Amino acid sequence: MPETKTRKPDARAAQPQDGSAQEPARKKTDAERLEGFEREQLRKMMWDMLLARRFEEKAAESYALGKIGGFCHLYIGQEAVAVGAIHALRDDDYVMTAYREHVHAIQKGITANAVMAELYGRADGCSGGKGGSMHMFSAEHNYLGGHGIVGGQIPLALGVAWKIKYKKEDRVMQVYCGEAAVNQGAFHESLNMAALWKLPMVLIVENNRFGMGTAWERAASLYDIYQKATAYAMPSAVADGMDVLDCYRVAMEAHERARSGGGPTLIEARTYRYVGHSMSDPVSGVYRTKEDVEKERANDPITLFADLLSRNDILSQAELEEMDAEVKKISEESAEFAEKSPEPTLDHVYTDIYSTEDVNGRLYFDMRGER
Amino acid sequence: MAVITYREALNEALAEEMERDPDVFLMGEEVGVYNGAYKVSKGLLERFGEMRVVDTPITELGFAGLGVGAAMTGIRPVIEFMTWNFAILAFDQIFNSAAKMRSMSSGQFKMPLTFRGPTGAALQLAAQHSQALESQVAHYPGVKVVVPGTPADAKGLLKAAIRDDDPVCVFEGEMLYNLKGEVPEDDDFIIPLGVADLKREGSDVSIITHGKMIHTALQAAAKLEKDGIQADVLDLRSLRPLDTDAILATVAKTNRVVLLEEGWPHGGITATVAALIQEEAFDMLDAPILRVTQADVPMPYAKALEKAVKPSVEMVIEKVNRVLYR
Repeated sequence: MPETKTRKPDARAAQPQDGSAQEPARKKTDAERLEGFEREQLRKMMWDMLLARRFEEKAAESYALGKIGGFCHLYIGQEAVAVGAIHALRDDDYVMTAYREHVHAIQKGITANAVMAELYGRADGCSGGKGGSMHMFSAEHNYLGGHGIVGGQIPLALGVAWKIKYKKEDRVMQVYCGEAAVNQGAFHESLNMAALWKLPMVLIVENNRFGMGTAWERAASLYDIYQKATAYAMPSAVADGMDVLDCYRVAMEAHERARSGGGPTLIEARTYRYVGHSMSDPVSGVYRTKEDVEKERANDPITLFADLLSRNDILSQAELEEMDAEVKKISEESAEFAEKSPEPTLDHVYTDIYSTEDVNGRLYFDMRGER
Repeated sequence: MAVITYREALNEALAEEMERDPDVFLMGEEVGVYNGAYKVSKGLLERFGEMRVVDTPITELGFAGLGVGAAMTGIRPVIEFMTWNFAILAFDQIFNSAAKMRSMSSGQFKMPLTFRGPTGAALQLAAQHSQALESQVAHYPGVKVVVPGTPADAKGLLKAAIRDDDPVCVFEGEMLYNLKGEVPEDDDFIIPLGVADLKREGSDVSIITHGKMIHTALQAAAKLEKDGIQADVLDLRSLRPLDTDAILATVAKTNRVVLLEEGWPHGGITATVAALIQEEAFDMLDAPILRVTQADVPMPYAKALEKAVKPSVEMVIEKVNRVLYR
């Protein structure tokens, strides 16, 4: 491995948004962390993170059985990021992300059934079976996909933020990308315009430390992603991506800035994935060791949050187990639902490609007869 | 009918559609304060303000993607590329996002989006600024592609593109902006996408082409007429959708075909049209289909080389004589 002068991640704690402080942040007390949250909201966040985990485990099982095809990127380990940040949104705000997206889709309101059916390529899937794991959509829930080209969704989100400004709406565009996407031109071009035009876009970089099998320090000349915002004169923040409450707070602050006309924010959420890049890839191997992953398991966002809630008498161990049984059932049932859902019929091959089939001239060139 | 330039026709189309629908806006490099690199957007900033006529940084991928995101959530962007050569930087957003959004989402998101800019070679602009890319763009299902060759077509097709709910790529002729012609004075003058136009009638041979090349074809036809040969000149106007009926009708009439395009032969629209004719009208042909295209090389700068590489009136006449066995 080449030598690198950039530093390894040692602290995930949030830093001041101006990026100036060098001294390690003081560990917050439980009371400080829980301040301002309703008991029910905290329990719901726990429920959502558990569902995220169990749903993805079920997806992995179905993939192994050959019921899900193609690429399938799981979110196991990163749950705190999307769950926390989407809790800080309103229903009419938008969410868009890349291809590690099942949890974002569910968190934005799509049912586990519709997401699992999409993974199975069935007619009841949220994209009618045409999208698959990487292209979930729901206009009803303002969930804008599901995009498969690294970084390609960021300019799209910029356009949605432009629309919000154009129509003078009180909404926020929350968009995600992985850390490896920040080396793409699309990231930089979008940040520049978002800041230049003060658009209500919040970009959350989910830094899970590996772009497939390439460690971040081997791919970036500057380790700290949040610092890239300074090049575009925009605010940024670091969120502890293993702490759902920190993700919530940091996102909420950015959303408030966006709503009040303060423009975009870049958030670096430092997290970790416990699984391979996709279902086709090993958990560990040449790019990280089994021990590395085991070590990070100590920071499991679900265990950490469960412990916090338990020691503050918000959720007991028994209640947690009950919750776990509930979400496991939902995950199981989603697979049963997907299994029973019909495959799209072949007359859908030529539907929804264009707005209307009633056109002059030929739209398709496959010579498969009259259309 | 008013006689105006191709540039003015495009300007009128933009102004009328922006007047008609407050969700239509124009965005691109130099479209506002500078009035457009080719002055197509002259006066629009003053008239519609800076939220609707938007100067961008030089960032084609970024603002093309912005257009896609804005369109999928309900407004109608017109994204100008200073030339389609620069749009190559934005092809990811055109092909991977705009062309596929409706399909990937099973129709949940429409894409009322227009990309426009000049295509084709001008004079001695060399390899990177002289490409006719419409055939390549038409390769992708999910987009529509139109290539107006006259002021009236420019206006009618751009208006149709802006009103359409699919991504439409409008390829303007870089050498046509000063071309004058009659244009109907009707705010609702549109030319439906996918309708070809017979620019000249004749019964001996069909020259099928589009865009700037219709003028090369018409000049060739005028010279051929002096030799007693009458050519049908069919202007495709739209490469996707493609007016198959009009193509088959002219083939049925003349039984001899020369295909002409400004771009390269490999995978060009002429290759598609040739395949279509032999698949659907083989028995109507009295001679093999011949093509005239740009030489299959990057455009050289030197004047003599450039001239040799571009399709010419003489090349068209030569191919016509060959399909007529003269």
